[in-house]
Amino acid sequence: MDLTVVLTGRAPYAFTIVLLLIGLYGMMAKQNLMKKLFGMNIFQGAIILFFIVHAYKTGASVPVLDDALGTDPTRYVNPIPHGLMLTAIVVSVATTGVALALLIRIYRSYGTIDEVELLERLRKDESR
Amino acid sequence: MAVLPESNLPVIITLLLLFGALLTIAAGLVRREFAWPVAFTTLVLVLVDALIQLATIVQGGPLRHTLGGWAAPIGIEYVVDGLGAFVVTVIAAVAVVVGMYARSAVRRENPDQEVAFLGMLLTLLLGLTGMVLTGDLFNLYVFYEISSLAGYSLLAVGDRKAPVAAFRYLILGTTGASFYLLGIGFLYTLTGSLNMADVARLVPALQGNPGLPVALALIIVGVGLKMALFPLHGWLADAYTHASSTSTAIVAPIMTKVSAFVLLRLLFFVFGVDLVANILPAGTIVAWLSAAGIVVMSLMSIAQRDVKRMLAYSSVAQLGYIGLGIGLANPWALTGAVLHILNHATMKCCLFLVTGSVAMQTRRTSVAEYAGLGRAMPWTFASFSLAALAMVGLPPTNGFFSKWYLLLGTIRAGSWPLVAIVAASSLLTAVYFFRLLESIYTAPMTAGGDAPEGESGFFVLAPTIVLGVGVIVLGLCNSWFVTQILQPSLPDALRLPGM
Amino acid sequence: MDPTVIPSLRPLLAILASLLAVPLIVASGSRPNLRETWSVLAAFVKAAIVLSMLPVVLAGDVLACRLWQISPGIALELRVDTLGLVFAMVSSTLWVLTTFYSIGYVRGAGEKKQTRYFASFALSLSATIGIAFAANLLTFLVFFEMLTVATYPLVLHKETAAARRGARIYLAYTLPAGLALLVAVAITWSIAGTLDFVPGGFLTTAMGSPALLSTLFVLFLVGVGVKAGLMPLHAWLPAAMVAPTPVSALLHAVAVVKAGVFGVLRVTGFVFGPGLLTDLSLGTWLAWIAGATVLLASLLALAQDNLKRRLAYSTVGHLSYIVLGAALVNVWSWTGAILHLVFHATMKITLFFCAGAIYVRTHKENISDLDGIGRQMPITMAAFAIGSLGLAGVPGVNGFVSKWSLLSGAALADQRLLLGLLVLSGVLNAAYFFPIVHAAFFKRSDAYPRFGEASPLLVVPLVVTALASVLLGFAPDLGVHAYGLAARTAALVTGGALP
Repeated sequence: MDLTVVLTGRAPYAFTIVLLLIGLYGMMAKQNLMKKLFGMNIFQGAIILFFIVHAYKTGASVPVLDDALGTDPTRYVNPIPHGLMLTAIVVSVATTGVALALLIRIYRSYGTIDEVELLERLRKDESR
Repeated sequence: MAVLPESNLPVIITLLLLFGALLTIAAGLVRREFAWPVAFTTLVLVLVDALIQLATIVQGGPLRHTLGGWAAPIGIEYVVDGLGAFVVTVIAAVAVVVGMYARSAVRRENPDQEVAFLGMLLTLLLGLTGMVLTGDLFNLYVFYEISSLAGYSLLAVGDRKAPVAAFRYLILGTTGASFYLLGIGFLYTLTGSLNMADVARLVPALQGNPGLPVALALIIVGVGLKMALFPLHGWLADAYTHASSTSTAIVAPIMTKVSAFVLLRLLFFVFGVDLVANILPAGTIVAWLSAAGIVVMSLMSIAQRDVKRMLAYSSVAQLGYIGLGIGLANPWALTGAVLHILNHATMKCCLFLVTGSVAMQTRRTSVAEYAGLGRAMPWTFASFSLAALAMVGLPPTNGFFSKWYLLLGTIRAGSWPLVAIVAASSLLTAVYFFRLLESIYTAPMTAGGDAPEGESGFFVLAPTIVLGVGVIVLGLCNSWFVTQILQPSLPDALRLPGM
Repeated sequence: MDPTVIPSLRPLLAILASLLAVPLIVASGSRPNLRETWSVLAAFVKAAIVLSMLPVVLAGDVLACRLWQISPGIALELRVDTLGLVFAMVSSTLWVLTTFYSIGYVRGAGEKKQTRYFASFALSLSATIGIAFAANLLTFLVFFEMLTVATYPLVLHKETAAARRGARIYLAYTLPAGLALLVAVAITWSIAGTLDFVPGGFLTTAMGSPALLSTLFVLFLVGVGVKAGLMPLHAWLPAAMVAPTPVSALLHAVAVVKAGVFGVLRVTGFVFGPGLLTDLSLGTWLAWIAGATVLLASLLALAQDNLKRRLAYSTVGHLSYIVLGAALVNVWSWTGAILHLVFHATMKITLFFCAGAIYVRTHKENISDLDGIGRQMPITMAAFAIGSLGLAGVPGVNGFVSKWSLLSGAALADQRLLLGLLVLSGVLNAAYFFPIVHAAFFKRSDAYPRFGEASPLLVVPLVVTALASVLLGFAPDLGVHAYGLAARTAALVTGGALP
């Protein structure tokens, strides 16, 4: 398959993948736990974007019933992924909430949310 | 395909747990002591419904429930067959047992958080039962995340290091869930449907499409991470070791098992046996990763000095058995894998209840500190011994029979290295368990930690003993489970001959 | 002529007699006399039930008891045939004597943890009877492993460093053996589709390649051979001598090791069968391994100063007499093998009883310390002399009869070298036993001037077994019809004419 065709036709998907990789990088390579959390959010966002991109149809409108457009499905963007992603966003928010609560606990316990420093203090804890 | 009869039984479980969680918190806000009775009643009711559901399905065949009356495949539906009902009953039974234990345990270990804790317990079960009951791929994601969030919260309660372990699990777990989501995204783009039965119908026509292996791989990674499939197990050891005893007792026996079951459901009922076993090497990969997990994790267990950590690594190894059984995709191996869901849940729950009661009484947590405790807490350690023998796989305990079926499965698959691995892993397990048992019963008590005050209280001891005895009873009755409940639910290609 | 299969609960009751005694023993732990009553009662009841089945079996019929299905297609099933009854009678009657002896020994030597001791003993005997009456390989395996677990606390009993080491070695040998047996049984089920014992064997060359069948045979042999003391799998036996003498007497001279050779008999005669063994030359290999064991064990026995260790190596040698007989697969060798299973038991238990009586009275364990002890304990040493004569194959004691059958079997199989080896072994037996008797009676020593036998609880059993050995030497079919049952089994298995 011609690379240019792939890139131009599938550019939005490619962008999604790039975002995904950025998110993964953030989760793995960053030392600060908060930044890991950011990475996780970006990762989740990328996947949400994937679904939304898939739902798109050329020249179609938002998936809200409009009398002017009638009930022709080709006039509307696919509503199912949109619905699913609303749920996914909620899940993402809830997860972020729990994660932040955990970070607060960790900070109160150990005084740091930097992974390297944290490991140091954990090790000191264990050897005591 | 025949239309399945509608029933309310599946959704009652979800509703009971959902409202039970809310009521527990509400009752707890009125008076803290009210929380536990409400929670426990909910759990008992859930078990009753699960048993009724199981009996109905064994006699009459699978059930379904269309949520909100919106018809599938656009609407979301619950589909419950014998396998699903079986797993739900296991979850409910373990929950009741741990629920009983939780009464004293939570009050001793983290009394300030009792109400929220019990609420989270019910939410965890909501998510897990939902994962098993649902017939819709996205609904599965929702329940997956519900159980994960409750899991993170429960595992964050424990010693000082628990939040760190829970945070690590959160990052990894969310990654896994997101991979799963991406995987079903691919499936949706390929098939246009999210209903499991519908997708199963459409998949055969898609053979050769490059998107299909991608979707399969993403889903395996996603579910595999929550299942602690080697090498995606990194989060488990820390999380189990540092969490409170009740958290570990409820999470360890069932959360990873449910994920394993979901993997089974997706591989064999959505993608289809043919695709997974014959066309793509998915089954083989899962089988070999699991086998590696069994060996490596058993070796790691031997090296541990903390009892809970030892049991945590042991759990991953045992999950390897289930993964191996699923990966081999032949009738005997699958029987062993599904039976092991029940068996390992009983064994591990018992073991973690014991570590919890010992920690509560004596603050002892390491292998060295367990020395000589056998005389001080005879009933507790008698149950521990039975569960340990079951883990090693000695007859007539239930652990022996899972191993028996798995061995038959590996022989049927013609893979001698796998036969050797399944057999040899028993020996590795024997090393760390007999070493511990010998120390418990014959070594003199060490000075570290407190001396035990005697046996644990009724609410802690009764569940422990029930599970200890259950290990033998379930072993002797295993064939009944296999022939009456499991076999009828499996697809024809995966049934034992003559069933 | 096919035997009539008579359904009966008696095989199950025989097993349950001591199994039900276990909780009773544990419950009466603080009242030793009550506790011991349970053991005695269970022993008598069990022996009575077993002996009551003799008439039926002598008439040529078989008692069967199908419990329930334990794996699809396989049931936990008991069957009392000639071979099983012989083994069961030996164990149960000797247990009666050993129970009295145990009581005398444990109280005389002031052993601790007596409740655990008696409970484990009762459990071990249940497992032994289960092995004897097992109708198929899976039932056999279940009870075989139960025996390992039940005897472990007995080996560990003294809880000294040496005891712990001995117990660990015991497990290190028996657990892998159990796994080898498990794999063997799993393979058998996979290739044959049945696990029921059939006189003459049920495996055929059509079921697998010679390489597979030979490997299967090796796995079986490792599985049962550890308990049967086949070299090089015998090392646990001398190490297990750290256990109290009644344990060594019953378990390591009668129950555990005889379970091992019983297993060899079942595998060679009822799974593989003479025809298959001859076709694949497996019988010859086994005969040579057994022969080598006989020789090496006898030589090693000469080198031991510790009395029990010398007895242990002697046991290893004599067990291989039985294996040799089984391996030669002709009617005389089989008769000799089964007879030796019974007769060696009576003789060896006499010797162990004597060793224990000596220990209780004088705390002496080494042969070099026994000079002149015949003056203090003439009855004990006389019994010892009888046992030694029998093991050396001197006419007048039952050992001669079984040896003669074995020699006839070797001659029939045209194995002159093995025949010579058996004769040589007799001489070696004399060489390592007679000096003990000689030194006891004829060497002067100031250590033992006066008469002082051990308590009647210890002396009466050893007199009984010694007398039995003599009586059986003159009338081998006396009482329990050992000779008749052995001959009948041999004829059934080998298809030869009754000797």
